[in-house]
Amino acid sequence: MFYRENGQFKTTYRADQQVFPILQDRVAIWALLAAAFVVVPFLASDYLMRAILIPFLIMSLAALGVNVLVGYCGQISLGSGAFMAVGAYGAYNIFVRIPGMPLVPALLLGGLCATAFGILFGLPSLRVKGLYLAVATLAAQFFSDWMFLRIKWFTLDTPSGSVSVSNLQVFGLPVESAASRYVFCLAVLVAMAVLTKNLVRGAIGREWMAIRDMDVAAAVIGIRPMHAKLSAFAVSSFIIGVAGALWAFVYLGAWEPAAFSVDLSFRLLFMVIIGGLGSIMGSFFGAAFIIVLPVVLNQVLPALAGLVGAEISTVGISHAELMLFGGLIVWFLIVEPHGLARLWSTGKQKLRTWPFPY
Amino acid sequence: MNLRTLTVATALGLVTAGAFAQAKQQFVPVLSYRTGAYAPNGAPWANGYVDYLKLVNERGGINGVKLQFEECETGYDTARSVECYERLKDKNGGASFVQPLSTGATFAITEKAPVDKIPVVTVGYGRSESADGTVFKWNFPIAGTYWVAADTIIQAIGKKEGGLDKLRGKKIALVYHDSPYGKEPIPLLQERSRMHGFELTLLPVTAPGVEQKATWLQVRQNRPDYVLLWGWGVMNSTALKEAQATGYPREKMYGVWWAGAEPDVKDVGEGAKGYNAVAMQHGAEPQSQFVKDVLAKLHAKNLGTGPKEEVGQVLYMRGAMSAMLGVEGVRAAQERFGKGKTMNGEQIRWGLENLNLTQAKLDALGFAGVMRPISTSCVDHMGAAWTRIHTWDGKAWKFSSDWLQADEQILKPLVKSTAAKYASEKKLTPRTPADCQS
Repeated sequence: MFYRENGQFKTTYRADQQVFPILQDRVAIWALLAAAFVVVPFLASDYLMRAILIPFLIMSLAALGVNVLVGYCGQISLGSGAFMAVGAYGAYNIFVRIPGMPLVPALLLGGLCATAFGILFGLPSLRVKGLYLAVATLAAQFFSDWMFLRIKWFTLDTPSGSVSVSNLQVFGLPVESAASRYVFCLAVLVAMAVLTKNLVRGAIGREWMAIRDMDVAAAVIGIRPMHAKLSAFAVSSFIIGVAGALWAFVYLGAWEPAAFSVDLSFRLLFMVIIGGLGSIMGSFFGAAFIIVLPVVLNQVLPALAGLVGAEISTVGISHAELMLFGGLIVWFLIVEPHGLARLWSTGKQKLRTWPFPY
Repeated sequence: MNLRTLTVATALGLVTAGAFAQAKQQFVPVLSYRTGAYAPNGAPWANGYVDYLKLVNERGGINGVKLQFEECETGYDTARSVECYERLKDKNGGASFVQPLSTGATFAITEKAPVDKIPVVTVGYGRSESADGTVFKWNFPIAGTYWVAADTIIQAIGKKEGGLDKLRGKKIALVYHDSPYGKEPIPLLQERSRMHGFELTLLPVTAPGVEQKATWLQVRQNRPDYVLLWGWGVMNSTALKEAQATGYPREKMYGVWWAGAEPDVKDVGEGAKGYNAVAMQHGAEPQSQFVKDVLAKLHAKNLGTGPKEEVGQVLYMRGAMSAMLGVEGVRAAQERFGKGKTMNGEQIRWGLENLNLTQAKLDALGFAGVMRPISTSCVDHMGAAWTRIHTWDGKAWKFSSDWLQADEQILKPLVKSTAAKYASEKKLTPRTPADCQS
């Protein structure tokens, strides 16, 4: 109806290569960004921002990073939690040890720590792939668990091994209120997402995808597998590292290694698979599915039960949540194995050809 | 929004506003874990906690102010705990106090509470240095911390050996859950080991603690004179079974209070006979007046939470005592800021800081014999450092020691220095005496 591209002609290559070639998309995305930056901080409650939107934004960023590696380059990784942990502890050490260290460079340097770590544990990818690589990256996870629990230097010799940060500031502005934290995370996410989108559309992204689809063929046409795989590991772990630093600094405030356990690695992988492998949009959908849905179910189920006059205990909710969650995952994977992003694009395609599909 | 929904919403709003005007209420969020790996220990605690709040309402509230509460399931996950905290902190006029029930969550919420002005009550757990109220204005580890637990265990062992000086040359192993929770006692034990010359071996166990073969192999090789067990959930029963398999005498094992309740030993049964654990004041108290009240006023009317048989067990009592201390904080606040009024977080913080639970008050609450009198102050947020040791006889927990008090000489400097380190990291200025009056 409204979603039609008739009459939108592209006369330059630039116009043809835009991220959003359709005018309606561009308008929608600008409107969405404006709403997210301007309207939400004023309207959303403290709880909505602190407990739902901030985790959603940070996990979207992490999922974006995982998607670069798993979705675009086809290197299955179970070490995402470790990359987050390295980002978090790296940023923490830089932030605390260097007096007067500003927050943003600390976060980025934390991301660079994760990059180094990612490249190191990406080296096996040059030899092994698929399930074997997944197991090799699992080593990264266990290594980081061990490292941050045992090597006291990383936690500044705190007796309990739990660390915390406070007095966060960006350009002299305190990042304490829910709105400021939300806007900060959103800004980081948008910047990273735009960069990633352009990266995967460019030559590097094509190399990654070629490697993913068939590495031998890619090597034959002149793509260096080592270069492509390690760059994917580097970019991906940088993004995941920054997400980890945000998770620790902005969301938790104080954390222990258990906050970045193997559980988190699995959840990140689920996010990417459910959201859609090899899709920027999919990362957001996946994060929303894994982060927001349980919280929503948690709030909606008691209300629903209340409507029929039943009372549901927290245990009941938690079990129902697990069952519904598992059911939904299975259902999604059967109905659309390419994830929510594919459902979205199918929907869009249907709208474009509506009402006369061909 | 169309006109009808608008009317309905307005009407609803008026009704709720009216309800609020009629009865003063005090909101208590309940963060608990009834699912996940630690549910066997988390559920009885939550039952006790909720039952106590219900009992307060049955008894007519705090000077007429009824308690309102809502439970939120954390699954012992820090991120989920933070979500629960954020969800509940502003509900129903704001949370009175919050009890995070996990060391990880305590650390995270400690950073948030001063901003939100909500006291964090951690009865027997949390961060030990937060006993220093001049630095940790909003934390209340009332009635003991892990350092108190560790210190009194060493004292109990010393008594068994016939004097602390007899510990020289002895080997003591700490089998601990590899997390901030498990690491809490280490600084104190190191201090004690320096003082008495015993050798401290640290044996970490990876969470959740089902895999302990390697640890107990080390125990078999080292043959320590005593083993301290700092685990919880499935880790405890596994450790006891491993001890049985290794042939390590259970009489020489001392657990922290999270490792000293019925769920930990029930499955091991006779195999755990002789195993000791520190009881942070109370143990299993089925004979106490409070338990009788709960059975008569709640369970008899089908209002109770959880199974009736578990009322009065160790963790149930812990939950109840935790709730009681929080509620008494509100009562103390009311005595200063106006009886029968709803208190805000700042006022309750004052109340918790000026708790004076005398024996007479405890008797009135039904806690006679369960615990000793406690009084807190601005500087001392812990109030008391008394424990007892109880021993599993194969069927029930029985007290096997007299009251033990943690050594102030050791505890105080450690609390002071660790808190000072925290203050310098956070660039906090410790509170002045003038600030204490507020």
